[in-house]
Amino acid sequence: MFETTELNKKNRRNERLVRAVLGTMTGLLVLPVVLILSMLIYKGGPVISFEFLFTSPTNGMTAGGIFPALLGTVLLVVVALLASVPLGVAAAIYLSEYAPDNWTTRAINLAIINLAGVPSIVHALFGVGAFVIFFKFGTSILAASLTLAIMTLPVVIVATRESLQAVPLAFREACWNMGATRWQTIHRVVLPNAITGILTGVILEVSRTAGETAPIMFTGAAFFLPLLPQGVLDQTMALSLHLFVVATQVPGMPERLPYGVALVLISMVLLMNSMSIALRMYLRGKKKW
Amino acid sequence: MAERAIKLDVRDLTIRYDELTALEGVTLDIREHEIFGIIGPSNAGKTSFLKAINRMDMFNPQMSVQGHISFNGLDTRKVRNVYGLRRRIGVVFPLPVGLPLSVYDNVALAPRLAGQNNRAELDVIVERCLRRAALWDEVKDRLDSLGSLLSGGQQQRLTIARALSQEPELLMLDEFSIAVDPVTTMRIEEVLKELKQEITIILVTNLVQQARRLADRTAFFLDGKCLDIAPTEDLFTGEVSDERTRHYVEGRFG
Repeated sequence: MFETTELNKKNRRNERLVRAVLGTMTGLLVLPVVLILSMLIYKGGPVISFEFLFTSPTNGMTAGGIFPALLGTVLLVVVALLASVPLGVAAAIYLSEYAPDNWTTRAINLAIINLAGVPSIVHALFGVGAFVIFFKFGTSILAASLTLAIMTLPVVIVATRESLQAVPLAFREACWNMGATRWQTIHRVVLPNAITGILTGVILEVSRTAGETAPIMFTGAAFFLPLLPQGVLDQTMALSLHLFVVATQVPGMPERLPYGVALVLISMVLLMNSMSIALRMYLRGKKKW
Repeated sequence: MAERAIKLDVRDLTIRYDELTALEGVTLDIREHEIFGIIGPSNAGKTSFLKAINRMDMFNPQMSVQGHISFNGLDTRKVRNVYGLRRRIGVVFPLPVGLPLSVYDNVALAPRLAGQNNRAELDVIVERCLRRAALWDEVKDRLDSLGSLLSGGQQQRLTIARALSQEPELLMLDEFSIAVDPVTTMRIEEVLKELKQEITIILVTNLVQQARRLADRTAFFLDGKCLDIAPTEDLFTGEVSDERTRHYVEGRFG
């Protein structure tokens, strides 16, 4: 009754073929990442040491460490998140839980989508005009971070909104029927269940923000500073800019140094992304409904 | 037998969803301490009726409600504190909803929203409501476990416990036994019969026999209209004004 026909054989052969093709293409995806990482580890690995990470550059940046740049990147990202996360989460809560479906809301959503598509160099120029000049912050961590914040805002908003909407409507209705206000429902039931999703999105965004060069180049990051920044109105060095400088602007640079810097930068990115993935897997395992 | 006070007075209620008329010209009153049954096929407007009573149309911009509903003599459409109104009316839906909080927090939610924060008193309320919902014995050793991970029948009883935790004056049940096994249904029906002495109950059901067991009076809704309201036994012995009621009760359609 279940003999194999010609049609069966053909289908099974096609299935194997398609599976092989798709699998190979997926495997090819991994190739660039593996190649880049291998190259960086091979060429830049020897440079990495405790001194490299925690001391300042010397000898016209051809020797020494990258600590000021590392610190600078951390500061820039932290301040940028302090600005974009509360604002982004609040906006997403409003859009997801309160906003009526009218033209104003649609315009706001359109604005967010467009903001996400603005090239980083345009963000940079906007940052100079708005924060450095108009608000008179001058070239500073504050100006650079705010520029970065505006870049990350759309992603935070979308990640938050998706996390909120992943919580079923039935839970909200159950609360509303009991006489809870929207806000009571949000902060007791919806938000606690969306937090992990929001965090996953934010952590992912950190890795992107840490690598941006253009937005910080004109607004607060500098090639070389003799002192560490003392406050948000000071300038700072940054890893991404530092990489650009040592790779292209300094004569007599030993070959390994830029690779070392790149390795540190990409390790940060990989670390953040792994945290985000781990968090997402933890989320999936901890099914709450 | 003295006439009991009117708890809910509905006059000429019409509910529309954009162009679609879900309910038209419904007029009825519900008395205190009675179980008022509403039977009828699906899409007859029974659920919309309940939604209008506790002003849940507020959350649906396409829903428009016209007519008059008064609860304890107050016009519900004009009442300022809508949340207060909803707190006095408990609702149980067809599909069980266990909130993703602990079982304890599920039942303690309504009292906490009302300002009750004393742990000892909350303990008392939680136990009382879970006992009345016939759920206490099954969860008393795991009040910390997630309400949303209980079985369907348990979640439905949890929903009832939550509704009871509001100490409502009016309890509205919308086809509560759909996702519940017959034994649990029976237990809940016993609870409802006891509760009748303290509160007023509206029981929307498509189980005609359930209405017969529980309801003092029953209304028959069909295609957005209320065709009949009568003491339940009359409805079932065929003393009705509309023939279609008799056909529905006899099982000829629905």
